[in-house]
Amino acid sequence: MSGPERTTRNAKIRPFGESMMSKKFFVGVFTNEHDVLDATTACREAGFAFHDVFLPYAVHGMEDAMGIKRSWLTWVTFLAGAAGTTIALAGQWYVSAYDWPLNIGGKDPFALPAFIPIAFELTVLIGGLSTVAALFAVCKLFPGKDVKPIVDGVTDDKFAIVLERAGNFDEARARSIFQSHNAEQVLELSGEKA
Amino acid sequence: MSHPVYSPLREPLVYGNKSLGQVTTDVCGVLERKPSKEWWLGFMAATSILGLGALCVAYQIGTGIGTWGLNRTVGWAFDITNFVFWIGIGHAGTLISAVLFLLRQKWRTSINRSAEAMTLFAVACAGLFPLIHMGRPWLGYWVFPYPNFRGPVWPNFRSPLLWDVFAISTYGTISAVFWYVGLIPDLATIRDRAKTTMRKAIYGFLAMGWNGSAKAWRHYEVTYLILAGLATPLVFSVHSIVSMDFATSVIPGWHTTIFPPYFVAGAIFSGFAMVLTLLLITRKVLHYEDYITVDHIDKMCKVTLVFGSLVGLAYGTEFLIAWYSGSQYEGYTFINRATGPFGWTYWVMVSCNVIAPQFFWFRKFRRHIPLIFVLSLVINVGMWFERFVIILTSLHRDYLPSSWSLYYPTLIEVLTLLGSFGLFFTLFLVFVRVLPPIAFGEVKGVMSYARSQKHSHRHEAAKHVGAGAHH
Repeated sequence: MSGPERTTRNAKIRPFGESMMSKKFFVGVFTNEHDVLDATTACREAGFAFHDVFLPYAVHGMEDAMGIKRSWLTWVTFLAGAAGTTIALAGQWYVSAYDWPLNIGGKDPFALPAFIPIAFELTVLIGGLSTVAALFAVCKLFPGKDVKPIVDGVTDDKFAIVLERAGNFDEARARSIFQSHNAEQVLELSGEKA
Repeated sequence: MSHPVYSPLREPLVYGNKSLGQVTTDVCGVLERKPSKEWWLGFMAATSILGLGALCVAYQIGTGIGTWGLNRTVGWAFDITNFVFWIGIGHAGTLISAVLFLLRQKWRTSINRSAEAMTLFAVACAGLFPLIHMGRPWLGYWVFPYPNFRGPVWPNFRSPLLWDVFAISTYGTISAVFWYVGLIPDLATIRDRAKTTMRKAIYGFLAMGWNGSAKAWRHYEVTYLILAGLATPLVFSVHSIVSMDFATSVIPGWHTTIFPPYFVAGAIFSGFAMVLTLLLITRKVLHYEDYITVDHIDKMCKVTLVFGSLVGLAYGTEFLIAWYSGSQYEGYTFINRATGPFGWTYWVMVSCNVIAPQFFWFRKFRRHIPLIFVLSLVINVGMWFERFVIILTSLHRDYLPSSWSLYYPTLIEVLTLLGSFGLFFTLFLVFVRVLPPIAFGEVKGVMSYARSQKHSHRHEAAKHVGAGAHH
């Protein structure tokens, strides 16, 4: 988020398109996970488009509430892990059986059982590191990235549902969903897309 | 709507009925205040010992490892004992952070961060010993297979010592990454509450732009689960491989198939003792008694008891098999182990590791903090002796009586061990000052445990609102 411009809850809504670059958001701020989960489910069922939901900790059931799919990063782990196994076995074969075979205690140059421990370690190492690299890439996380919280306290004790104000956005409906789920604050924000 | 329901059946995981904001303040407040006098005292003691250890290491590398008490019969003793000891300590951290996560043990959230930090520092201490043992540590990178102009000369992939290189490197790397990924949301919290520009810059840099987005949380949660899933078999593999350094040799007392599970159990046992030692001090000094509660201590004592009993069972099994195998060398090694010149080390080991944890059968003792602290120290000592016994008593009298020998450590070796404790405690003390020792983000996620039941009305309420929506 590069500095959303905050307006008061009673501010007039500027017509969409006044600033071509900025999107407008309708935000409900909650103080506990149960309210935010219930409100998110209600918003999805009412057909609102989520910009995002900001949470101080992982709230279980939020994916279902928002209607987003489970992360696909498991595939990265699987493929990178398989690559790790392959690299380890191929490397050990190259070194021990191809490039410089040595007779060590009469063992087979390609001593597969003896190569399993390192194959396992490299599977874990490459699988794990690739998954974390993919996490950073897909969430655009990098050291020193500058962000400002969309609402103060979303990394502490506040939960914020951020709806996109686009098309025929039914503000009264959204406001009533937020308020009926004990929203602490209802805000209108405009700013660049996070 | 949802109202908190207080469960009469379960104790809450965090005491004091705290709000989410209070959790942040309680944990981060410690980092934002000036360090206490106790911290400075501890830090100065630890760095002094570390300095002494560093001098010893410099001396023995400058002079050569002939400064040790080794001889032609006993070629491995103190250094490898320290290595196995420290690696073992690390295992409890991974058990708490990864295995308990997979088992959905929610109480782990208060202790996993510091236990993982302990793992990293223990692995750092462990890694130093093989490096020192090389005698020329600047050539340490020769253990890795890379194309070189010496032939190329490759390491021997059929040797467990090389498996160990890969196991320890992977373990250290994955533990560090797992720990850091777990830290990111908490670092973002510290960034957002930082008062000074400097603090904001440093924690902002480390927090990598985390903003609490649910779209990011969904990938984050899966990554965390995967890392836990990878770290779990990894931790078992690491100490299994360490045990194979011994078990694949032909030395009586080492050449046994029980070694991998026996070493893993011992590692978790010693690691839990060290977690108890550290956390009992941390919770007291940093006033985290509401987070690291007596119930946490109680549960850790139970785990310690289970693994202590497994270790005790392994001691018995080793003796049984030494007799049942009919191998006279194996049989003699074990009789010598208990009654020979180093028999006292065996009985120190048995008293510390088998007898001491038996107190934990009783709830009263599992909640008696001073007693637990003493017992945790006793177990730490016992587990160091376990490795010493396994290594030394198997080596000093093997097949040929003409080459039997004794071994006594030199002052240099003892001070190097002491120095590794200095390094360990220095790192831990710095950690509790600069990073949150409690994973408060995760703690917030379990706050409602036993304080409010699952919201049975939630779905009905949501449907009710949804049904009236205009599209």
